[in-house]
Amino acid sequence: MTIEVRNIIKRFGSFTALDNVDLRVDTGELVALLGPSGSGKTTLLRIIAGLDWPDSGSVAFDGEDALSRGAGERHVGFVFQHYALFRHMSVFENVAFGLRVQPRRVRKSEDQIRARVKELLDLVQLDWLADRYPNQLSGGQRQRIALARALAIEPRILLLDEPFGALDAKVRKELRKWLRTLHEEIHVTSLFVTHDQEEALEVANRVVVMDKGRIEQIGTPGDVYERPASAFVHSFIGESIVLPVEVREGRVRLGDRELALDSSDARPGPSKLFIRRHDLAIGPAGSGALEGAVKHVRSFGPTQRADVLLNAGGEGTLIEIDAPRDRELKPGDLVGLQPRRYRIFAETA
Amino acid sequence: MGLTLMWLSLMILIPLAGLFVKTAELSLDQFIDIITSRRTLHALKISFGLSLAAAVVNLFAGLIIVWALVRYRFPGRRIFDAIVDIPFALPTAVAGIALTSLFAQKGWLGAPLAELGIKVAFTPLGIFLAMIFIGIPFVVRTVQPVLIDLDAELEEAAACLGASRWQTLTRVIIPSLTPAILTGFALAFARAVGEYGSVIFIAGNLPNVSEIAPLLIVIRLSEFRYADATAIAVIMLIVSFLIIFLLNRLQNWAQARALTAG
Repeated sequence: MTIEVRNIIKRFGSFTALDNVDLRVDTGELVALLGPSGSGKTTLLRIIAGLDWPDSGSVAFDGEDALSRGAGERHVGFVFQHYALFRHMSVFENVAFGLRVQPRRVRKSEDQIRARVKELLDLVQLDWLADRYPNQLSGGQRQRIALARALAIEPRILLLDEPFGALDAKVRKELRKWLRTLHEEIHVTSLFVTHDQEEALEVANRVVVMDKGRIEQIGTPGDVYERPASAFVHSFIGESIVLPVEVREGRVRLGDRELALDSSDARPGPSKLFIRRHDLAIGPAGSGALEGAVKHVRSFGPTQRADVLLNAGGEGTLIEIDAPRDRELKPGDLVGLQPRRYRIFAETA
Repeated sequence: MGLTLMWLSLMILIPLAGLFVKTAELSLDQFIDIITSRRTLHALKISFGLSLAAAVVNLFAGLIIVWALVRYRFPGRRIFDAIVDIPFALPTAVAGIALTSLFAQKGWLGAPLAELGIKVAFTPLGIFLAMIFIGIPFVVRTVQPVLIDLDAELEEAAACLGASRWQTLTRVIIPSLTPAILTGFALAFARAVGEYGSVIFIAGNLPNVSEIAPLLIVIRLSEFRYADATAIAVIMLIVSFLIIFLLNRLQNWAQARALTAG
């Protein structure tokens, strides 16, 4: 099942939650909607599910208009951040709920329902919890039950709203891997919302980066990390060193210092220079486009980290860099820094 | 723990023990005579029967009021919300007099009803109405906060799974509210059983017709038949305790299923 979202606009009072959003998700994809809170990603998910309605625009499933149908008629599985399990029902009854509320003419027999629920509990590997109540389960177990419940109605689309947001780091990592495997097994078109870039890059086939109600970039995890389309994407995904620069007559200037960097694709005017920390080569003074004095060195793990005060006129700029462990660095050293890769984005007003 | 028990004993159990001691002045035969007399049995039947019926009515009426107050935004909602508390605050005698004048044969509501041949004041129906009046806030005020806190996602989850509004209401919302509903029901019932002030004005207090048990106790007291009064009181106490205990158990059972976050 494909999802096609076109020109969606949604306002809450004077706040624009979604500003002309277009998105297409193909059958069997696992797509992440990634963005900071308030970027509109959850609103978009809820509109696709039928829990919210846009002010304008269209949503189609396999080319068929979805907005004319309510949430119950869209055959969409929805998983909530806080599980939303029915507390007064056992795990079994929670999973069976979607089957029991079907209209009588299509409802399965009790035996068929039992068999289906058992199958789903096996799928999420929690068949031994069938008789427990939600409050007797851990967070990770609850979320897996919520997923089994959503899958019970054989949804054509699976939507997950920050599915691991309420879990602790270790469980989150496990469930991520598990979700990937599960998706490979059942292959239902899936869309999940997250503010955790690691989660998005690790789990999804494609990542949709959102900010302030707009889509900033759509691409594979490799794309959005290696070739960010905007300053926002660059700073949101992965850690970057950001320097305020000025592009003038094809030259890049940091303060009063001219940098030997190619700026052929940069627009003139105040801009930002983005460099991934691991893309910065350290050499002796004079060996790179940037130069500075080491202030502090901290060694832990496979690398050492140093604060370097760049010579750029005025007070200079303090940046944090990674250096290999075998390179000797001490406070006071002068070093040259050469970015292997970098991006320059014009300052947005 | 010890302190709690001591307080409970001082405040509740010792007076109750006095009741039993006073009753013990009667021989067993006398006791049975008193509690099985036609007048006593009728008064008890009126008190407990009408209280239960009124609590059931309050249960449904209360739920509808709660639903409207919590789920809809309409002009004057806050005023209606405050009105719900009036039966709490009004001196019961005032409520009784107000209801009586309203439903008396020449009252605003009593007159048209009398045309239809329905007599409210000075009949069991009047008692029933007074009990509904004083019991309604209990259901509303116990269920309201729980419904406000009820996670909207539960209803959304049910909707996504294909449940109709009615299925969501009966299978998800009402069961989630059950512990609070039972508490409200028990409180409304208890209040109605013990209600005196508002009921005696509208009841007419005809023995064997519209006489409530609390009134019968007062009558016995005014006749200086203290042991008779306490005997009726003991029966009321035991029956009330059994019913409330049962409701409590039911409520615990419901609570155990709905405990903590889902």
